[in-house]
Amino acid sequence: MRKKKFLFTVLVFSILFSACRKEDIILPSESAVVNPWEQMTGDIYGFFLLNEGNMGSNKASLDYYDYTTGTYTRNIYGERNPYEIKDLGDVGNDIKIYGDKLWAVINCSNYVEVMDVNTVQHLAKIPIPNCRYLAFKDGYAYVSAYAGPVKIDPNARIGYVAKVDTTNYQVVDSCIVGYQPEEMAIVGNKLYVANSGGYRVPNYDYTVSVIDLGKFEELYKIPVAINLHHLEPDNYGNLYVSSRGDYYDVPSKTFIIDTKRDVVTDTLHLLPNSNMTLCGDSLYVYSTEFSYITGAWTVSYAIFDTSTKQIVSRNFIKDGTDANIKVPYGLAVNPVTREIFVADAKDYVSPGTLHCFTPQGIRKWSVTTGDIPAHIVFTHKPLKPLNENQ
Amino acid sequence: MKRIKAFILLLCCILFSVETLSSQTETVTLLGDSLQEVVVTARRAREIIPGQSLSGRQLQHLSSNSVADALRYFSGVQIKDYGGIGGLKTINIRSMGSQHVGVFYDGIQITNAQNGTVDLGKFSMDNMEVLSVYNGQKSDVFQSAKDFASAGAFYMVSRRPVFKDSDNNFNFKLKSGSFDLVDFSGLWEHRWGKNIVSSVNAEVLNTSGKYKFRYQKEGGYDTTEVRRNGDVFFIRTEAAVFGKNNSSDWMLKGYFYTSERGYPGAAVKKDYEISLLNEDRQKDRNFFVQGSFTKRVSDFYQFMLKAKYANDYMNYVMPPETTVQPANNHYWQQEVYASFSNLFNLTEGWSANVAADFQWNKLNADGSDMFNANFIQPRRYTFLVAAATSLDLSFGLKMQGSVLYTYLHDKGNGKSEPAPDKNEFTPTLLFSYKPFRMIDLNFRAFYKNIFRMPTFNDLYYVQLGSRSLKPEYTDQFDIGLSFRKRFAHSFCTEIRVSADAYYNTVKDKIIATPTSNQLTWTMVNLGYVKIRGVDMGVTPTFRLADVDLSVRLSYTWQKAQDYTEEKKEPDLGEGVISVYGDQIPYIPVHSGSAIINCSYRSWNLNYSYIYTGERYMLGGNIPVNYVPAWYTHDVSLSKSIRVKKCLLDVTAEINNLFNQQYEVVKWYPMPGTNFKVILSLTL
Repeated sequence: MRKKKFLFTVLVFSILFSACRKEDIILPSESAVVNPWEQMTGDIYGFFLLNEGNMGSNKASLDYYDYTTGTYTRNIYGERNPYEIKDLGDVGNDIKIYGDKLWAVINCSNYVEVMDVNTVQHLAKIPIPNCRYLAFKDGYAYVSAYAGPVKIDPNARIGYVAKVDTTNYQVVDSCIVGYQPEEMAIVGNKLYVANSGGYRVPNYDYTVSVIDLGKFEELYKIPVAINLHHLEPDNYGNLYVSSRGDYYDVPSKTFIIDTKRDVVTDTLHLLPNSNMTLCGDSLYVYSTEFSYITGAWTVSYAIFDTSTKQIVSRNFIKDGTDANIKVPYGLAVNPVTREIFVADAKDYVSPGTLHCFTPQGIRKWSVTTGDIPAHIVFTHKPLKPLNENQ
Repeated sequence: MKRIKAFILLLCCILFSVETLSSQTETVTLLGDSLQEVVVTARRAREIIPGQSLSGRQLQHLSSNSVADALRYFSGVQIKDYGGIGGLKTINIRSMGSQHVGVFYDGIQITNAQNGTVDLGKFSMDNMEVLSVYNGQKSDVFQSAKDFASAGAFYMVSRRPVFKDSDNNFNFKLKSGSFDLVDFSGLWEHRWGKNIVSSVNAEVLNTSGKYKFRYQKEGGYDTTEVRRNGDVFFIRTEAAVFGKNNSSDWMLKGYFYTSERGYPGAAVKKDYEISLLNEDRQKDRNFFVQGSFTKRVSDFYQFMLKAKYANDYMNYVMPPETTVQPANNHYWQQEVYASFSNLFNLTEGWSANVAADFQWNKLNADGSDMFNANFIQPRRYTFLVAAATSLDLSFGLKMQGSVLYTYLHDKGNGKSEPAPDKNEFTPTLLFSYKPFRMIDLNFRAFYKNIFRMPTFNDLYYVQLGSRSLKPEYTDQFDIGLSFRKRFAHSFCTEIRVSADAYYNTVKDKIIATPTSNQLTWTMVNLGYVKIRGVDMGVTPTFRLADVDLSVRLSYTWQKAQDYTEEKKEPDLGEGVISVYGDQIPYIPVHSGSAIINCSYRSWNLNYSYIYTGERYMLGGNIPVNYVPAWYTHDVSLSKSIRVKKCLLDVTAEINNLFNQQYEVVKWYPMPGTNFKVILSLTL
């Protein structure tokens, strides 16, 4: 009797513990209607948001906002590309649309993903080691990458820019720039590259490389300031450059390069800059300055008028809801409606939040994104629903 | 869920039906090595709440590559395994975090002032005799201040020599199997006289750590890859001398370990066209020498001295072939430790201990320019004083109260200010009540308040550390019971049952938080976690003619929820999901294990099963963070062959019998079915 009881126990035990494993599926997307009150305005149908995902977690993901329905959909890549191994990959770093194609840089998976912008279906994968940012001109994509050849100092590779043919996805050329190149901008026939040298602390790079796109050769380097990151050209031939500082003694600043003479004309000491975007003549800038010395954060949201070179606003969020934002990490302004989008990355390991503000800086809606929402691109073509793809 | 509830009910039934089973006279037939049992019971004489332990035969027959694998069978314990043979393995007791666990080897704590965690993957099972886990603290009143100083403790005790006829014991072991494993070890024990014995033990291991793993999605991709760069090579040598006479007991031990390994890293999406594999390498060299001396001066007074010197070197390399941040960092750690404990037996059932410990830690490091520029080469002076008293009342009530005082002083090299000094007082109270003299039924309860100090990394790590950190505090409340019964003339020879319910909180949890980009983080005292749990264990043993059967079942239920204030969302509409109050990462609600050991004459069959329920990775309990449950079945068969004076043991193991593809940590795939053969020769 007791023996039976024992055997029964063992049996129950094993059955119980063997029956609880769910099927491992491709995760479907999740939708939330966030703005049912407004219809599409202008020719912008929506935007894609690339979530970076924490390093090593393979959680880069793509979200889509549909202006025609006011619906925000998280994680659309997997269900549209179930046979792409391990989804988008590790750490999304940039997203841009060129023609009919949506390009995404997946930094730690070392490749650039090319998708059909109408369906988000995978078209090609371009391997580029430690790739960072994208720029396009005349049928070519330019991709900045940290991993150039090992030069002089074996502990810090010099970076390069790869030139990719957008029709056949082949890397046709490359050009060595500075250390750990970040964002690029094209003005005229020149490609500007912000070199950070972020891996060489405290010997940061401090230059912007200028590449002649005709010969695809570096013409010269413009010395600016340490740890450069973003570039944004305005409508007057000026290029805005952000410096992150060193988080100890050197604060973050914004610099202006005159692209006709390729010299730094202005140093904006009072415009710390983590990220910026231009809409018309308004340069929207946020900064999250951190100091290891004081351990304190300073967050600011500014608007800079590029025609007068004056700061017109110190806080473009007017209703006090900036208090809800822990770590602003992504910024975009709809060029038609001038709505402002600020993405909050929070503690980097929780899902982020995207906030939409009216041009006047009043919060309209908010939605949960993937992890570390960061890069936004507006689309002029409607994304087809999933079932129309097949 | 329903099934799990049914299971809990079932366990409760077993728990309460035991008393009705049989009440015949007790015998002292114990399974396993009786000598080991003696050692264990002797050590436990003063323990008010015994811990969980695995020892002797049960421990030997578990398929384990390191002590971390054996710890998976304890209830309330989570092991984090970063995939494979070489990967990091850490212990977490009752979800409070691995830095809250004190890891002790032969009575003295192993510390890592740099990051506060001990990689258990480095501790070999060869020559290990007892593994014990204590919640709160070991409740022996006569112990060093360090034994009072962590929220949970894990004790490893290596084999003490035991002699039969000759003055020499020899043992040689050869293990081989999957992952190109070759592991050879030798042991020599010698009796130098009536009171002095010695032991020398050496082990060499080499494995490629290679295995295939598969990610297969229903209606989606299906990929099989090879886990690379998981190779390990190590040499471990230990030598110890033990001595004793009527009133004193001493030991001296030296330990040396050197290893080189690859870190396989996360199996995230990679484009192998440009061959960017995980190529991180780590070299370790650990050396320590430690000793202890216990003297019984009189019936009233005895003292214990302990001392240790440890010297650790670690080299971590991310070679230039990779394109992520290259690094070649060297870390040198040194530790000096001394402890003096004084036990006073005031009356028959009342004793008190005053223990004082001193510890000095130093970390030197050298790496990239970025690393060196602001690194302060910290040194830490820790003084601990514990006062404890224990009361054993005649009606079955035992109590222990202790207060620990900790003083901490950090020094740097002047590049920047070190963290301010810390002074902390922390209490513990333990109770045990045995209501019936003839029935081995004990009720127990404890409360403990303790903290972990911020580690050197937390405080000073370049571009991360924050000097303003406070200690991370835990509060633990526990009630439980244990029951044990032996049966003389029955198929079931003994049964032991234990169950505990607990509530823990972790406040001012030290967590890394980003500042303005992915490369710059800092440490803050932010987290607040509430943990509610139930641990249960049932260990029946059976005997039928020549067949001995011992079973060990454990089950853990845990809700560990994150109530960090920062995670509270303001009302931002329906589109925003709140993760406030979600289960913390990698803590399953349900987990359990079963070991069934069956021996027949010289044959032994061991079956072990581990279940870890569904969990979530970082970032809230949402579908994208879901990590499925896993469960593995391991089987081993061994046979002892006696040829004259030699004893040959042959063991064959099959692990993960059903080739389940699983991960303990997301994107760190674990091995499928694997094999091992062990030959052990004892002279």
